[in-house]
Amino acid sequence: MDEAQRVNVGGSVNGARFEREVEPRLLLSDFLRHELHLTGTHVGCEHGVCGACTVLIDGEAVRSCLMLAVQADGCEITTVEGLAGDALHPIQAAFHEAHGLQCGFCTPGILTSLVPFLRDHPDPDEQEIREAISGNLCRCTGYQNIVAAVELASENMRG
Amino acid sequence: MTTTSGIGASTLRNEDHRLLTGSALFVDDVHLEGMLHVAFVRSDYAHGVLRDVDLSAALALPGVIAAYAADDLGEYWSPGPLLVPPPPIERCEFRSATQVPLAKDKVRHVGEAIAMIVAESRYVAEDGAALVEVDIEPLPAVATTEGALADDAARIHDQFDSNQAAHVVQEKGDYESATADAALRVRRRFRMDRGASAPMENRGIVAQWDERCAELTIWDTTQAPIPIRNGLAHMLGLPETHVRVIAPFIGGGFGPKIMMFYPEEVLLPWAAMQLKRPLKWIEDRQESFFATTQEREQIHDAELAVDADGRILGVRDSFLCDTGAYNPYGLTIPINSQCTLLGPYDVPNYWSEFRLVFTNKPIVTPVRGAGRQHGVFVMERLLDLAAAELGIDRAEIRRRNFLPPDAFPHDHEILYQDFAPLVYDSGNYEPALDKALEMIDYHRFATELQPAYRTDGRAVGLGIVSYVEGTGVGPYEGARVTVQTDGRVCVATGVGTQGQGHFTSFAQVVAEPLGVSAAEVDVITGDTSHFNWGTGTFASRGAVVAGNACHAAALAVRGKILATAAGALGADESDLEIGGGFVHVRDEPDRTISLGDLAARANPLRGAVTPGTEPGLEATAYFGPERGSTASGVHAIVLEIDRDTAQIDILRYVVVHDCGTVINPMIVEGQIHGGVAHGIGNAFYEELVFDEGAQLMNASFMDYLLPTAMDVPHIETAHVMTPSPLNPLGVKGVGEAGAIPVGALFAQAIEDALGADAPEILEMPLSPNRLFELLQGDPDA
Repeated sequence: MDEAQRVNVGGSVNGARFEREVEPRLLLSDFLRHELHLTGTHVGCEHGVCGACTVLIDGEAVRSCLMLAVQADGCEITTVEGLAGDALHPIQAAFHEAHGLQCGFCTPGILTSLVPFLRDHPDPDEQEIREAISGNLCRCTGYQNIVAAVELASENMRG
Repeated sequence: MTTTSGIGASTLRNEDHRLLTGSALFVDDVHLEGMLHVAFVRSDYAHGVLRDVDLSAALALPGVIAAYAADDLGEYWSPGPLLVPPPPIERCEFRSATQVPLAKDKVRHVGEAIAMIVAESRYVAEDGAALVEVDIEPLPAVATTEGALADDAARIHDQFDSNQAAHVVQEKGDYESATADAALRVRRRFRMDRGASAPMENRGIVAQWDERCAELTIWDTTQAPIPIRNGLAHMLGLPETHVRVIAPFIGGGFGPKIMMFYPEEVLLPWAAMQLKRPLKWIEDRQESFFATTQEREQIHDAELAVDADGRILGVRDSFLCDTGAYNPYGLTIPINSQCTLLGPYDVPNYWSEFRLVFTNKPIVTPVRGAGRQHGVFVMERLLDLAAAELGIDRAEIRRRNFLPPDAFPHDHEILYQDFAPLVYDSGNYEPALDKALEMIDYHRFATELQPAYRTDGRAVGLGIVSYVEGTGVGPYEGARVTVQTDGRVCVATGVGTQGQGHFTSFAQVVAEPLGVSAAEVDVITGDTSHFNWGTGTFASRGAVVAGNACHAAALAVRGKILATAAGALGADESDLEIGGGFVHVRDEPDRTISLGDLAARANPLRGAVTPGTEPGLEATAYFGPERGSTASGVHAIVLEIDRDTAQIDILRYVVVHDCGTVINPMIVEGQIHGGVAHGIGNAFYEELVFDEGAQLMNASFMDYLLPTAMDVPHIETAHVMTPSPLNPLGVKGVGEAGAIPVGALFAQAIEDALGADAPEILEMPLSPNRLFELLQGDPDA
């Protein structure tokens, strides 16, 4: 591709500034994984169904396979790598406690989807949880322990 | 010794932290300096003559480094190996045609690889692939299993006189004479169609050739890294020790990731050596729908003969099984179907025949359940039909036919897929049935709940079915257990892991005899540089075969620990106790030494060593069962059908399962949940739809529906434990069990919900559309 067609994209990811020149067609998911080497964000379908690639853009859950990197210009991005501090994020800890993951491939997208969900719904019931994660496909768990993990996380986060 | 992390404890998983923080390495996460990217050109036609492949426009594109068609591979082009030759069954005709690296002369299914493009980025590789001109003269396609053997069917493999890949008959007793006076015969045709395994991670491979060291390193989403290493070394003319295959974290397997060798697995390493650059190929989801193997298409004509009490006199079954365009996996699937049909029942006479047929569809290899679903569906449906005809309760007809607890080992007198006689090692079926009946509230449902639902105009039905699963087959696995000088324990084993919790279950098996916690045990799986003997993860065998190898190695290390500690503490071995990472003399807590210090003593830097002594606290052990162990279970469901939309709502789901000794109940229950979810998909949502040209019509998650959190109910589980006598831990496999009986369960419950005007459900998968058609009384719509 013609170098002249490359465009600048800049923003922050997990609190760190980035500035890159990219092809306009580059997907945000590929940009995060292969340019910034943040490989915790996973790509499962590249057509917006499976939810594995979900990241937070300015705090909201977004499928990074349905967005171009250039569209994230000026945005604050959070990936799964940015959730834990010194200790696991309470949602991560609850997934460990409740066995809410098996192969772990879909997990990053589920965790990032849940951050704004639990912010906006601090005390969800089972049906609300199931609706919230119904945009994330998981082939391993049958979702049961994911639901249990979200219940545990919401309980712990409410204190 | 009881510990919080030994066998039987719901120990939290060692592997979780890496997976939760995004630091776990999956194949697509491998990034190497100078790495190139690969895309494939695939056939748009299911069947055709490949006249020409013109790579020139692709090669002219800036950024494209290389492009290959079949002829460019020279002598390296070769059909893949026959992975599983047929078992020594007396009446067995078999012929094999295995997959090729790149199509030559002919294409045989949509998505078959034709050309490989290597470029500086995946984007450019795909640009290049779009520029390849492929000239295919389409041929009529064999799009259905039934059509494969028609007189006028197109011939898929020219070297054969028909599309029949195998014809096998297995027989026990004499069905015809034994059933001459049967009170009832029920005979039906049953159909099961295809689904995708659909792991969330697609396949992928990275190959790196280090010319200076003459070493090839491959990261592969395989369930069988060791056979991949050995096969590639052979194909590429390298010593096995110079090929390293790493199966890192794998995002779900479910069977197709043990298919060997996929074209991409053969091509990437070869091209990396040609180009002297690392190469990466990651399958995209659409490719996965036709380039990754699939399963499930079978058509059974089956008959059950029973006496007036509903006792089974015999079963006769003749079925067709689709193997797709090639048959590298031999007879594993149809033999699983043939054997699993017998279920937990005493079937004195059995005549079973199958024909394996080639079609112009993607290759068929085992997917979670691997043909067992079909056998269970046929048998359970026949029992339901017989029970209805004879006016016997459906739970009761099962109970009457169960093999009793004193019938084991029970020889079914036919051969199983592992080449061993189908002999059930152990089982105890009635307690599981009773438990399931109690949990699902069977009698109250029939007498109170269902009548009340009907009064309200609601179509609510209950289902209850039984099944067995042959698990944990040989040949063998191994493990090496090492106590390190920091006191931590390392376990290396050859099986790959795809989410089953091996990092924890194997740690628990080892932790107990070594007196440490599972958190102090580091498990390494799937890296041939750490352990290079073994076969792979399939047939629900990881815990059984590798688990027992870990156990044996840990016991050997325990012996070394005690011998070393006896010398260090000046005590007799019989006076020593192990626990908490230390060895101490019984009743003398001050005479103690840590495992780490013992490991250092066992590997001294100076001084004399007693002749014959092996260094370190380390042992390698292998386990190979004489045959598989038979797990079993009962599933029960209550579901409601919306008569207007034919949508189904699952109100209750109960699983009572017997996988012998349970290493980690939390992990086992998770495996069951996932299996049931997969089974629900196969029963009501997932179907690969091909048109008359064998073109796949729904190759995306928009159109191929995986169950979501809204579709999979809360699953209530209970265990019956009948330890297997065939291995020291007494374990049986569990990975596939949840998926196996769900189709039969749905069918029975749907009929029950609809009552007197129910259509017979003789096919899987259903869908709201298909169920609606059946409700309209139009079974052929």
